[in-house]
Amino acid sequence: MNHWIVAPVLLPAVLGALIVLIARFDPVLQRRLSVLGCSLGLLLALCLFMTVLRQPALAYRLGDWPAPFGIVLVLDPLAAMMLLLSAILGLAVAGYAAGREDENGPHFHALLQFQLMGLNGAFLTGDLFNLFVFFEILLIASYGLMLHGGGEARFRNGFHYVVINLVGALVFLIGAGLIYGVTGTLNLADLALKAPLVESGDAALFRLGGICLLIVFGLKAALVPFHFWLPGTYRSTSFTSAAMFAILTKVGAYAIIRASTLVFGFGGGAAAHLFTPYLLPAALLTSGLGLLALPGARSLGTLAAFAMLGSSGTLFVGLATDESAGLAASLYYLVHSTLAGAAFYLLADRLVDRSGGRFGPQGDRILPRLAEGQGRATAAAFMLLAVMIAGLPPFSGFLGKIFILQAVLGAALAPALQGLVLAVVLLGSFFAMAGFTRAGVLLFWQPAPATDEPPPRQSVGGVWAIGGLMAALLALTVAAGPSLAFFERTANLLLAPEAYVSAVLGQHVQAPPAEEP
Amino acid sequence: MEALFASAVGAMTAAGVYLLLQARTFPVVVGISFLSYAVNLFLFATGRLVNGAPPVIDAGAAVYADPLPQALVLTAIVISFAMTAILVVLALRGFLESGDDQVAAGRLGSDGKGEGP
Repeated sequence: MNHWIVAPVLLPAVLGALIVLIARFDPVLQRRLSVLGCSLGLLLALCLFMTVLRQPALAYRLGDWPAPFGIVLVLDPLAAMMLLLSAILGLAVAGYAAGREDENGPHFHALLQFQLMGLNGAFLTGDLFNLFVFFEILLIASYGLMLHGGGEARFRNGFHYVVINLVGALVFLIGAGLIYGVTGTLNLADLALKAPLVESGDAALFRLGGICLLIVFGLKAALVPFHFWLPGTYRSTSFTSAAMFAILTKVGAYAIIRASTLVFGFGGGAAAHLFTPYLLPAALLTSGLGLLALPGARSLGTLAAFAMLGSSGTLFVGLATDESAGLAASLYYLVHSTLAGAAFYLLADRLVDRSGGRFGPQGDRILPRLAEGQGRATAAAFMLLAVMIAGLPPFSGFLGKIFILQAVLGAALAPALQGLVLAVVLLGSFFAMAGFTRAGVLLFWQPAPATDEPPPRQSVGGVWAIGGLMAALLALTVAAGPSLAFFERTANLLLAPEAYVSAVLGQHVQAPPAEEP
Repeated sequence: MEALFASAVGAMTAAGVYLLLQARTFPVVVGISFLSYAVNLFLFATGRLVNGAPPVIDAGAAVYADPLPQALVLTAIVISFAMTAILVVLALRGFLESGDDQVAAGRLGSDGKGEGP
């Protein structure tokens, strides 16, 4: 067994505890440990990514308990890709927060490490119940990050965020309980084999469990009608935390991909393609709603939050085709939208007025004065990111949308439906462009009116974090061919998960039942 | 036993959902607790309700109790306990910051930032 598979979970867990225990009163040491840990995590994620280029799936059995009974971690191309994405994001956010957001409270870096632990665990786990546990870990950390810095609006919206996610966790437990009650297993690979064998009398319960899971994952991914929490949460938290949250909606997308391909796709049976009919309407509504709101955004936080909502919807359009090409296109768009959303949040953080406390009188409102004193590089970065997020040529946002639309046109959908998808995605791009153009013109081109108010005080630096994320986006654009080939291989492996199932169950399929610890 | 168990789960879920829809933070916290009790009982029942059966292999036993849901319930209890603690602290802190215990979105300005940070 390759023991490195468990390292992306262990490293942040140990580091987070270390930061709390030994560096509690030493912010400099905290930063160093955090950035060092995130760099190691990135290296680790790269190594694991290299591994899956050669092998389709690797299983790690904790304590070497045989697979359907013990706890198992699985590294497959999708998991490796998500690990790499969370490591890139973690490093950028940890580096950016140093000397800025982490001065507003004592535990930013510890929370960030626990967040990474939850994320990596959720991506690696091969077990439905451990998915729940890692969801809770990443959510507890995200509550801390969301509230970091404090303030009334943050506590109010934080309460909503926590309550909604607690109810989501309970629905998750009901779904997992129903699935366990019907199949007698929670191991995803075992479920892939057992799902087609569900008797017709139990099929309704099994499908109900699946729909419970879809509701929870849809809630995490902010799909309409479970999107209400996202704008309030994202615009009231600090932009540094929000940059890390760019991957939280993608955890929902990841879980939907995992469940729909492994449990509710593979092998047919009563619950095959359970999610498919719901995904396309939800995706179109989410995308339309999010992007339609962009031209009306009056603050950078609102602009970024609704752009995030729109990208989450666009991502699901490809998934809804239920075909390999659509899945590959969605994975490409997933990587792009996570990086672009995070980069935009970090850039927006540089523009926020900090005079007189954490949020000065200008706040993050889109007014000419906000960008006063910012160099041309900021304006150029804003424009580049706007082009990327709106999906204009020649960057990865455009390529991602083209791949998704190609997949939709090539899929077995009614022509009217294809037209509707085309219209929503293209009009969405138009509205996004309008919103970002309006913000950019107001911020950078309007002369600031002369007033007696003190000029906004902004944080400087953090260039390499934003630049690094943008460089990753450019790399995704330049290497679109090889990366799409990787995503296509990933999608094919997801849709035919024999390698995943045999890696997990393997030679232990016939093993005698062992006791659950 | 099944009827008693099912009605207990149902009654607690109903109470939990009712309390969750209240406008103040304290009923919401209690509602979440009720809901998590209901879900814990529900999870327990997914291993089937059997009386007096051993959970581990025993030569003389014909029926076994499934030990796995009990482990799941234990994990769920720990997590929901921690979450309730966070929620209580959050509600208290929100009350101290804003002076009221309303759950509603509050005075968010048109820019979405309200009067907070």
